[in-house]
Amino acid sequence: MNIIAVGLSHNTAPVDIRERLAVPESRMGDALARLSAYPGIKESVLLSTCNRVEVYAVAEEADAGYASVQQFLADTHLALSAEQLIPHLYWYTDDRAIRHLFRVAASLDSMIVGEPQILGQVKDAFALALAHKASGVILNRLVQKSISVAKRVRTETKIAEMAVSVGYAAVELAKKIFSDLGEKTVFLVGAGEMAKLAARHFVNCGVRQVLITTRDPHSAIELAKRFNGVPIPFDQFRREMATADIVLCSTCAPHYLIRTEDVQRAVWERFNRPIFLIDISVPRNIEPAVRDIDNAFLFNIDDLEMRVEQNREERRREAGKAERLVEEEVDVMLDWLKSLEVTPTIVALRRRAEEIKRTEIEKVMGRFPQFSTQERDAVEGLASAIVNKLLHGPLVTLKSEAQSAHGLMFIEAARRLFHLDKDRAGKEPEKDPSEERRQAEPISEVEPASDPSARHPLKARPLE
Amino acid sequence: MTVFFFTTTVVLYFLATACALAYLLRRSEVLSKVSLWITGAGFLTHTVALVGRLLAAGHVPLTSLHEAMSFFSWALVLVFLGVELRHHIHVLGSFILPLALISLLSAAALPREVPSLGPMFTAVGVHVTLSMLGTVGFAVAFVAGIMYLIQDGLLKSKRFNVLYAKLPPLDFLDGLNQKSIVLGFPFLTLGIITGAMSAEVVRGSYLSWNPEQTWALVTWVFYFIVLMGRMTVGWRAKKAAYLTIIGFAGVVLTFIGVVLKGHQVA
Repeated sequence: MNIIAVGLSHNTAPVDIRERLAVPESRMGDALARLSAYPGIKESVLLSTCNRVEVYAVAEEADAGYASVQQFLADTHLALSAEQLIPHLYWYTDDRAIRHLFRVAASLDSMIVGEPQILGQVKDAFALALAHKASGVILNRLVQKSISVAKRVRTETKIAEMAVSVGYAAVELAKKIFSDLGEKTVFLVGAGEMAKLAARHFVNCGVRQVLITTRDPHSAIELAKRFNGVPIPFDQFRREMATADIVLCSTCAPHYLIRTEDVQRAVWERFNRPIFLIDISVPRNIEPAVRDIDNAFLFNIDDLEMRVEQNREERRREAGKAERLVEEEVDVMLDWLKSLEVTPTIVALRRRAEEIKRTEIEKVMGRFPQFSTQERDAVEGLASAIVNKLLHGPLVTLKSEAQSAHGLMFIEAARRLFHLDKDRAGKEPEKDPSEERRQAEPISEVEPASDPSARHPLKARPLE
Repeated sequence: MTVFFFTTTVVLYFLATACALAYLLRRSEVLSKVSLWITGAGFLTHTVALVGRLLAAGHVPLTSLHEAMSFFSWALVLVFLGVELRHHIHVLGSFILPLALISLLSAAALPREVPSLGPMFTAVGVHVTLSMLGTVGFAVAFVAGIMYLIQDGLLKSKRFNVLYAKLPPLDFLDGLNQKSIVLGFPFLTLGIITGAMSAEVVRGSYLSWNPEQTWALVTWVFYFIVLMGRMTVGWRAKKAAYLTIIGFAGVVLTFIGVVLKGHQVA
């Protein structure tokens, strides 16, 4: 059994491929159900953001898993053939898959390294996988670990401090068009997370006014309160666009909301004063041809990356530290995975019982030095009998269940019930109780993977 | 003595321009500071040279083309120093200083003798001074226009290079363009009026439709339309940048025409 990661990101695929593969939240359930139905896929988590579409899965066999996930991605968008898709994909197994997820969650693989949104997106993807019972023991642990790694990276390196968010990049660009943001109006179209963050940046820079429109009038009113702005009815927003100097667009609409003629009219009504449009939506919401209009400056999510290109060198140093930290955590994760194999668990369980038996016998012997050899043998025999009888059930069950679909769950349960991971506690980062609780929940609900003995071929298929 | 100061100025402006152009390619801000100090020194020697000539000639030293070009260069540097000290747009020097250097070099190439215009020299001096100040305005608008188009192009093509980082915001450049024309235009208007008046005294008619006068009027009408267009139908930003570049090209051609004809001003 292998952990695999298959996907594409801003590093390998342009936005027009990514936007076609992106899975909207509303369809996430279907997608996860579909994914689980592919042969050989035991557990799965689907991460779909503007910058990446990735599947993390536990597969019975890596190559078959790759094939299934690849097929799943190709089936996600009918107009996208496997031939078009494959050149943009990457494949990772086991330690490389783990490392990849840790790097993604820690924002080391982000377009803007260190940007904080990705962690929230990983959490959301995990919550969805839990809700749809797609993930299991291994992925639950893996994703939670990735979240704690991300937090560690953020507190122990300066990567987040130095990072430039998409929002900040947008503000920086605006400052190259407008010398005084204090007299400018920002128009927020849609309530996408990134746009809200960007809008927050603009508000912090003291823009004069914020206009907000969303398809759902209530959320516009609610956002308007938050930004001290003015809600605009959605059906009027194109007309109001001329009053805006900066348009931030981020909606879930699958088509262009703002077309060339809308911007042309706005520029005309603005007497050719420049208008700055930022399209953070994937799929894009502003027609790309808008960039050919004089005095209209359109930037999409890919463009924002270039803006921070110059700062990358500096950030790389901090990223180096973070990478070393990720390496450490990958080792911890691999140790844990190894522990899920049945034989080491049985050995550990026996050793633990033996330890307890030894200490308790020594205590008794210390208290009763007058015991004869016969009496001593009797006490030791009693202790051994109790331990063996007690262990018999768990050991037999572990051995028999190890090959079943619930095997991992039994192994994990045994390790926890008998505190078998105590000796590795020093290497584990501290877990907060809520995390512990969340981790416990899915065990009873989800179908975990089986066949732990076939784990760890530690092979990874290179990018083809 | 004035020749020495004039020559020193040429050398200093040359060095300042070289630094300012090298600054375009480098990330460091040091070159712009060096360039600014050299420009300041050049401006002082230039002022001394102009004052020296004024004292030597005993009148406003603005009657020959040599003087006109030298004064143009001086006024352009003055405006540059003013804008630079107020707004700290270092990169402005990289665009304005070459222009100042070219006009100073052309001044150096032109005959330097003080023409004898008899009783008319004061009127001619005033005419040339005003026209040159107007032209300085158009030159700054021209430079702002070029910078605007470059920054516009960089933003549109998403090339965030060193130059992008150095160029000021688009609306600053558009504002500079507008202010330069708004300030330059009245000077040109007054320059044309005084020119017509001196022409009336010399030739007996305000307007003889000679090529210089015609071109001056065409220039005036052109910038008038540019200004009106901005105020009424939104000829700003990119359009304004193109128009001011075309306008200044016209002004330069007029000057070249004047020089080639060996015509004396007015």
